[in-house]
Amino acid sequence: MTAAGAPGPAGAGRIVVVGASLAGLRAAEALRDEGFTGELSLIGDEPHEPYDRPPLSKAVLSGRLTTDRITLPRVRNIDARWLLGTAATGLDIPGRQVVLADGRRVDFDRLLIATGTRARPWPAAAGGGLAGVHTLRGRDDADRLRAALATGPRRVLVIGGGFTGGEVASGCRELGLEVTVVQRGAAPLASALGGVLGRAAADWHRAAGVDLRLNTTVRALDGDAHGRLRRARLSDGTVVDAEVAVVATGAPANTEWLTGSGLAADHRGVACDSSCRALGTDGATVEGVFVAGDIARWPHPLFPGQLLRLDHWDNAVAQARTAAHNMAHARLDHRVHQPLPAFWSNQFGVNLKSVGLPHLADQVAVTQGALDERRFVAAYGLRGRLVAAVAVDSPRVLDGYAALIEARAPFPPVLNAPDGPAQLQPVDAEFTRPTGYAPDGAHDHDTRTPAAAVSTPMAHP
Amino acid sequence: MTTTLPDTATDLFAHALRYENRADPYPYYTRMLRQPVTCMDDGTWLVSGHREISQLLHDPRISADRLNPDAPKPAARSLLVLDPPRHDQLRRLVTQEFIPRIMGMRDHLDTLVARLLDAHRSDRPGQWDVVADLAYPLPVTVICELLGVPREDEAVFGSLARRLTRGLDPIDTQTEDELRELQQAREELVQYLEGLIARRRAAPGDDLLSGLMFGTDPAGGMGPVDLRVTLGLLLIAGHETTVNLIANGTLALLRHPDALARLRTDPDLATPLVEEVLRYDPPVQMSGRSTLADIDIAGTTIPRGARVRLMLAAGNRDPRRFPDPDRFVPDRPDNTHLGFGGGLHYCIGATLARAEAQIALTALARRLESPRLLADPPPYRENAILRGPEQLPVSFERLGPGERTA
Amino acid sequence: MITQAPPETLRLVVDLNRCQSYGQCVYAAPAVFRFHGEESLEYDYAPDAGARREVARAAAACPVQAITLSGATEPSPLSSGRDQ
Repeated sequence: MTAAGAPGPAGAGRIVVVGASLAGLRAAEALRDEGFTGELSLIGDEPHEPYDRPPLSKAVLSGRLTTDRITLPRVRNIDARWLLGTAATGLDIPGRQVVLADGRRVDFDRLLIATGTRARPWPAAAGGGLAGVHTLRGRDDADRLRAALATGPRRVLVIGGGFTGGEVASGCRELGLEVTVVQRGAAPLASALGGVLGRAAADWHRAAGVDLRLNTTVRALDGDAHGRLRRARLSDGTVVDAEVAVVATGAPANTEWLTGSGLAADHRGVACDSSCRALGTDGATVEGVFVAGDIARWPHPLFPGQLLRLDHWDNAVAQARTAAHNMAHARLDHRVHQPLPAFWSNQFGVNLKSVGLPHLADQVAVTQGALDERRFVAAYGLRGRLVAAVAVDSPRVLDGYAALIEARAPFPPVLNAPDGPAQLQPVDAEFTRPTGYAPDGAHDHDTRTPAAAVSTPMAHP
Repeated sequence: MTTTLPDTATDLFAHALRYENRADPYPYYTRMLRQPVTCMDDGTWLVSGHREISQLLHDPRISADRLNPDAPKPAARSLLVLDPPRHDQLRRLVTQEFIPRIMGMRDHLDTLVARLLDAHRSDRPGQWDVVADLAYPLPVTVICELLGVPREDEAVFGSLARRLTRGLDPIDTQTEDELRELQQAREELVQYLEGLIARRRAAPGDDLLSGLMFGTDPAGGMGPVDLRVTLGLLLIAGHETTVNLIANGTLALLRHPDALARLRTDPDLATPLVEEVLRYDPPVQMSGRSTLADIDIAGTTIPRGARVRLMLAAGNRDPRRFPDPDRFVPDRPDNTHLGFGGGLHYCIGATLARAEAQIALTALARRLESPRLLADPPPYRENAILRGPEQLPVSFERLGPGERTA
Repeated sequence: MITQAPPETLRLVVDLNRCQSYGQCVYAAPAVFRFHGEESLEYDYAPDAGARREVARAAAACPVQAITLSGATEPSPLSSGRDQ
């Protein structure tokens, strides 16, 4: 790959960051921290300052926080050119230009791709165009959903029992609204966390009064003569009357603008190496083009044999920093992006935190606390190795598990925790893996569920 | 420090505990950091690295029980040495009653500090003892008010607390006489606390003790043994820790006049400054744990059933975590010190201790003109774990009137 | 004498992966931080400027240093008008 304008020294030149959310903002700041003194531009499709997304499905939905109070702090001056409210629609790598929706072209020497993901919409043919059908990814989505919930719908239908679905259902119950959750799998969160956690989460849903429909899908959404959502027809033949639906069935990557660019990009994300350098369709790194955040798929040294994509807050921050460092330094000084994956969710009054990659596991065991007290830790193992731990309302012990995972400790781990069972009882992790499973992200993984091939086992030296 | 330092963990630990090194154990800690996890001759493990201490504070394979985790437990055990789930239940009861009573207390602390300084107000040069005249009476007044301990009991209780604190030090550093005396003090404490509890049960108030006794938790109030043990813990912690935070902070300020000058004109500096005192010269120097399983850490294995000493004050000087660790940097960023411990046993009184120290140090900086240490190092108390000056005599040109800042 | 000029608006974010719900921020600045449930922290990203001192205390007290405050002095990207 030859550059039209050869990149100058690492500290100078023109850097363009496409994507002005968490990863893009933190990368821009880190670039200045790393000594980049050249021209810096940030391109974002939303007409808002960078804001934080996690509260949208929690405090914002429940009305404890408004969307004008979730703007991210800017931690330092970055002297950047901001192009907000303008989507990037094309990338010309040989010409070193990003093409914008309004036809403008922005020159770069080095580029960071951080355009993230979006909520998968409900198909128009199955009622996706009806008024009352929502997705929840951005500020404007949240404001629209808030307004819809404020009208007092008799029932809210949540399609998808992943993290976002659970948080939305939890928030709606807090508002006193009737809620039906339709989940394709055998339990909420099951595709991310397996059977044990899934059944616990099902209990949380039901105890909060959620009408939970498992092993069920929505066939179609029906509207009235005015095009307003009225009911959903489910795969079990039943009908649910609902005036608001929230579609939470996963998050494809925003890669359309990269079509034809020569990058290895598709709906799963953009492939890059462990230094965040983008890969071309030929598998070679592309000079001066980097990737960070929810959109990146990269090989994690701790979980070899696959490309990981993590829709995780701290991955966005950490990968942005690594990418920025590598953009500002010569190849010899590049860093490898290898954080221990971690995410959290708050729903139904509990705080759930995860380290490692639970979905890789073949077995799981409760190591501390009790499921029915909603305060416990579950450890996840793959072929005799600890690969993840999930802590429910137990945030102060998780670092201990993180150290064990990084040390590649055996599973089941020998802990003898004072609040643990006398004998750990590992059970099947119960991850449903369709035969011929392809790592295409097409299953209904939700945000915070890594989209990664699980067919390749963890290799341990 | 020009003396040659010993090399083995056993000797380093012994030297760090020696009274002659009480004023400055830090060179020994720094030397310990060469081996962040190591076993001493008596089989106790010494952990000095910040990362390693942090891991063990959060490790499910760790028990707060200092002794043999397999041995039968005595009936009366405090939060300090309890494990979950019992620890968590008890701690929740304490937190629910304690925290609401200390939030919003800053104005009151301000008044108490002003009163203590007003008592020594002088337009002429003079001197006073920061420990006896401020660092000790402030937290003691506060904890006694909180718990509803009658002021007239303070002298009795204060001396008990002092005698008991020595008992927290490693047992092999204490003489037979000291151990006997400790047992005596424990019995006196039990008697005193049971009397106090009985009086309050007969005539409840809105104090913390009454709150703990009658409880608002759905699980109900505390049983009599837990109540007595918890009360003793809170009283001793209230007497023997914050005093050292304020005294160590004063000492750091007097040894760093630039920091003192900054604090005088910028009271907001007190916020990060107190965190730096907690890192640089923490009131609690170390904490004990035991292992429930083999733990691989820092290239070695601590076996199950081992006693572990977490050297918090050494971890606070770990150059792998803190740049320039031996420098007192009053506005040090990203200060993840171990001054209040961490994990499940993180200090319950941290918020109160911080507020007391922030307000006391700010008032000192503003009201004492040209303060000077009269003895450097000052005389230290015997205690190695809850470590701090016995007295902190300071001269001044003038002890001015207070103006409210908080 | 913090050398950096304070930004016009107070903004903060908490790294809730790092957060272990010690509650020190809630106790230091209850108008800004709160628990929703026993261990779930919620907070206001843009508290009133009057809360600046309490927020600074909360950030300093966080045992895992999970609270990030705004440090930029340049205008907001929306008010800058550069190249718009």
